Amino acid sequence: MNPLWDVVVVGGGNAALTAAITAREAGASVLLLEHAPRAMRGGNSRHTRNLRAMHAAPTAVLTEAYLEDEYWDDLLRVTGGDTDEKLARLTIRATAEALPFMARCGVRFQPSLTGTLNLSRTNAFFLGGGKALVNAYYATAERLGVAVLYDTEVEEVRLEDGFVRALKVTSKGFPLEVRAKAVVVSSGGFQANIEWMREYWGDAVDNFRIRGTPYATGRVLKNLLGQGVASVGDPTQCHAVAIDARAPKFDGGIVTRLDCVPYSIVVNQSAERFHDEGQDVWPKRYAIWGRLVAQQPDQIAYSIIDSRSRTLFMPSVFPAIEAPTIGELAGRLGLDPAALQATVARFNAACQPGPFDASRLDGVHTDGLDPPKTNWARPIAEPPFIGYPLRPGITFTYLGVRVDENARVMMQDGRPAGNLFASGEIMAGSILGRGYLAGFGMSIGTVFGRIAGREAARNAKN
Amino acid sequence: MPKTEMGEAGMGETESAAMLEARRAMEVCNACRYCEGYCAVFPAMELRREFGTGDLNYLANLCHGCQGCYYACQYAPPHAFGINVPRVLAEVRAESYAQYAWPDKLARLYERNGLVMALATAGGIAFVLLLALALQRHDVLFGPQSLAPGAGFYNVVPYGAMVWTGSVTFGFSLVALAIGFARFWRDTGGGRLAQPRPLLQALRDAATLKYLGGGGHGCNERDESFSTHRRWLHHLMAYGFLLCFAATSVATVYDHFLAWPAPYPFFSLPVLLGTIGGIGLTIGCAGLFWFKLTGDQAPRARNLLGADAGLLLLLLLVAVTGLLVLALRATGAMGVALSVHLGAVLALFLTLPYSKFVHGVYRMGALVRHAVERPEATHRS
Repeated sequence: MNPLWDVVVVGGGNAALTAAITAREAGASVLLLEHAPRAMRGGNSRHTRNLRAMHAAPTAVLTEAYLEDEYWDDLLRVTGGDTDEKLARLTIRATAEALPFMARCGVRFQPSLTGTLNLSRTNAFFLGGGKALVNAYYATAERLGVAVLYDTEVEEVRLEDGFVRALKVTSKGFPLEVRAKAVVVSSGGFQANIEWMREYWGDAVDNFRIRGTPYATGRVLKNLLGQGVASVGDPTQCHAVAIDARAPKFDGGIVTRLDCVPYSIVVNQSAERFHDEGQDVWPKRYAIWGRLVAQQPDQIAYSIIDSRSRTLFMPSVFPAIEAPTIGELAGRLGLDPAALQATVARFNAACQPGPFDASRLDGVHTDGLDPPKTNWARPIAEPPFIGYPLRPGITFTYLGVRVDENARVMMQDGRPAGNLFASGEIMAGSILGRGYLAGFGMSIGTVFGRIAGREAARNAKN
Repeated sequence: MPKTEMGEAGMGETESAAMLEARRAMEVCNACRYCEGYCAVFPAMELRREFGTGDLNYLANLCHGCQGCYYACQYAPPHAFGINVPRVLAEVRAESYAQYAWPDKLARLYERNGLVMALATAGGIAFVLLLALALQRHDVLFGPQSLAPGAGFYNVVPYGAMVWTGSVTFGFSLVALAIGFARFWRDTGGGRLAQPRPLLQALRDAATLKYLGGGGHGCNERDESFSTHRRWLHHLMAYGFLLCFAATSVATVYDHFLAWPAPYPFFSLPVLLGTIGGIGLTIGCAGLFWFKLTGDQAPRARNLLGADAGLLLLLLLVAVTGLLVLALRATGAMGVALSVHLGAVLALFLTLPYSKFVHGVYRMGALVRHAVERPEATHRS
């Protein structure tokens, strides 16, 4: 018994679930193949928290208004133009209808929010976060009659002349051939594939932490790109932030972030500073620090503050490393005490007086220091002294498959694939070629998930 | 309670494994905060950066066990962090019942609370049955009962014995509960209790079981799905209990001040209140017990199961036997039914400060503390 499904969805996160639900609601028989076991289902959506949504007037969960042009300007700024205006505007406009769809699928939103990022105007926050969203979608999918296979990895998409003939699958350890009239791939990026990452980053990847799911191995992506599917996005690029070096190799998620950098000095293994820590507020800078740390020897750095700054940022999950003197702190961090003392002394001497204000760009800066610190440059003088080790934390990769406005996967020869669609991280590079905009990954996943589900169901019927 | 020797260096006292795990969980949660919309625990947690034992006891008693944060948790098992907030807070909660119990020696009653409740119930019923057998003529006790005022019930257990036993045990329990509350309040930070606005807020939150609502959409009872069944069952149980209490109070007033002794006709205030309350109590307790037995046990604490089952079943017994007394009150079975009912009530009164019943007292205290400490800006009704 090997049924012919109308639509098979590869992946188990937000983009896969929205595609599966939409296709099922359009009347298609749908099978969803999730690589992870049930307890770890949901891909990187598990770790998300919000979705950026256009809206013309305040809603129950969003304040004021956030219109298409402002949204587009925000996207243009973070990508530096590395986007596709047609697909991007289509996504932005469709986010307005995404929220009612989500609510209909049982996704709950949170009325208001605290914390460091104030996004209540632009982003709708999921009550309980991304795993609660994923749970709601799975419950809806199962209620509608979507078949779900966990522990099921797609190894090969058999493409012939732009048509998917079958999927070669391992399900709970057993080989399986899955046949479908149309296929949606929503299987994410390849950031959890350390060997693939090594091709671009060398052995530095051994010091990277992968913030999200270990199941984002890019197996389907690599398989498709090897069969004439058009690619999009720079394969060497990934979104990297600075996180606590003590984070687990995979799946550390949000709690491993460290927000202390702007109020600290950050030194490398030689106890030397290498970048302006006070360039801008942290939400606008955390993404560049992943790369900065990745460029340091052994991909490690240390953020150092004094006791006056310890409550200026969100609590972090791992304990602060403390010592009564800078020299002793250096010892605990594995740094040369004399070198760290000299760096701190140079920094302290360069700090110019001024009213320190953690809540805004206070202009309290250093003078005659290279690199300078342009805000929050307060001497590190009040014991105990505190250090946190930093590593690059990889969020996602940019390489993906190219799609058109109907989520149809494009071939290298410019023709669309016959029955292959894509949604989510695997095609997001078309719209988000560089940088990141909070909550936009979920926007792309939801919007293109719904488009891919709709088009795959339509394709299967013809 | 099992204590470990792993207390934090320099703290001078050992902390239980549950307390250490609760602290670890709260430190992970405080760096995440995705669950802040579910209930009061997370906003209360966000007001702190460090968690002393008093803080954790407070948060543990603020938790209503709705389990929403467990199913939403990206760090729940099998994630390496293995975070399970409802379970560890329930474990700490169970330990806090023992910690606050007065007199201190009786804290041990929480070690095997299910057994204690069962023995107290058996003992209470046996005591009243024996008392009735010893004090009354058997043909009166087992014969058909008159429904004339002043007869009936007092033919089984004499009026004086009933009032004295009830008053003394209930009075002692109220004193013990009050001391437990004072201990809770002191341990979790002390401060002024009598502030009208927070008290009103806490009363409203308790009366509506606001935080058994999972942020408004219900709680997780058996899996990832949401429902408000537990909230409604708890309402049936709690308000059923209060109606039964009201029935007894009204009857006391009739008897003492209006010279109108029991039994009362069916369409009288005490009987109507008691009947409606008894039915609510029966459905509520049976339903809640059913939820204890079924569904996912992962977010629940093993060391609370005995106490949960013990109190629910005792309340169920009180309610069912109360209704039975009403049904059988003109028959020869009334004597035994009433003795069993009064025995169960006696056990309930005696164990009030040493049963799961105390959760109402400490949860109310935690709600008051939450209403006192939360910033004015976040006050929402």
